[in-house]
Amino acid sequence: MSAEMTAIVFGMTAVTYIPRMLPFMMFKGKELPAFWQGILRNVPYATLGALIFPGILTFHENLWFGIAGAAAAFFIAFTGANIIFTVLVSIGILTLLSML
Amino acid sequence: MVETAAAERGEFKEGFYAGTGIAIGYFPAALTYGLLAKSAELSFVETMSLSIFVFAGAAQYIAISLIALGTGIFEIVLTTFILNIRHFLMSAALNEKAEDESFWKKAAYSFGVTDETFSVASMRKGSINASYMAGLIIISYSSWVISSGLGYMAGNALPQVVQESMGVALYAMFIGLLVPLLKTSHKAIILAGTAALLNCIFIYSDTLSSGWAIIVSTLLAAVSIEAADQMKRKGQSL
Repeated sequence: MSAEMTAIVFGMTAVTYIPRMLPFMMFKGKELPAFWQGILRNVPYATLGALIFPGILTFHENLWFGIAGAAAAFFIAFTGANIIFTVLVSIGILTLLSML
Repeated sequence: MVETAAAERGEFKEGFYAGTGIAIGYFPAALTYGLLAKSAELSFVETMSLSIFVFAGAAQYIAISLIALGTGIFEIVLTTFILNIRHFLMSAALNEKAEDESFWKKAAYSFGVTDETFSVASMRKGSINASYMAGLIIISYSSWVISSGLGYMAGNALPQVVQESMGVALYAMFIGLLVPLLKTSHKAIILAGTAALLNCIFIYSDTLSSGWAIIVSTLLAAVSIEAADQMKRKGQSL
C-alpha cells in the first residue's frame, strides 16, 4: 500500500472512530438535563425518518422502483411481519417487478 | 458467575439475531463497494483496509470516487469527517441507553456504531450492554468485510436484476424498525415525518451535503418537537 493510501486509511479511521467514541467518554449517561435527555430520546425516531427519505426514492435510477420498494416495505411491516421477512420480501417483490 | 455468563451469552445471541437484517442489507452494499473499488483500481489490500478499519459505507463509497479523481488526502479525510460526524449524535443517544460498564467496553463497541447498528440498538426495549452490542456488531461487521472482499473478487457474478433489487434492503430494514413504533406513538410519527421532510428539503434544494442534512434535520426535528412537547406539558400543569 502506498504511503498516501496508508495516510488516507489512517485519517479516515480516526475521523470516523473519534465521533463514535467521544460521547461515551464525555457523558456518563443520565446526568444530562431532562430536556437534553428528551432530545436524545427523540433522535432515533428522527434519524430513521431522515435515513429513509429521500434515500429510498433514489437508490435506483428509476423513481418508480424506489416508490414501489417503499410501498412494499411499509405494507409488509404494517402487517406486523418481522424485519428480516420485510427485507427479504421487499427484495423479492422488486426482483419480480423488474422482470415483468 | 455461571448465571452471569449465561445471561451474557443470551444477550450476545439476541444482538446477533437482531443483526441478521443488517448483515443481509450490508451484503449488496459492500458487494457494490468492492466492485467500485476494483474499478477505481484500488488494490485488494487497500479495499479491505477501508472496510476493516473505517467500517462506514457511505464514506467508503465517496472516498474511492475521490481517490479515483486524484483528490488530496486532506479533502478526503475532511469529507469523511463531515459525513460521519452524525455518529456523534447517535453515540450520544445510545449512551443514554447504555448500562453502566467500563469505558473500555464502550470504547470497543463504539467502533461499530453505524446508521444501521444504531437504529437496531436504539429501538431495543430496555437497555443495551457490551454483550448485546458485540453480537449485533460482529454479524454486521463480518458481513460488511467479507462482502467487500467478495465484491472485489466476484461482484459481477450476481444477476444484475437481483443486485438492483437488493439496494432496497437497508431501507426496508429501517422501515421494518420504524413502522411498529408509528403504530403505537403519535410522537414517533411526527418526529420521523418532520425529519424526513426536512431532509428531503435540504437534499433537493442542494443546501446541505447528505452527511450534514441528516444531522441538521434530525436535530431540528428532535429539538423543536421536544420543546413543543414541554410547552404543552407546562400549559397543562398551569
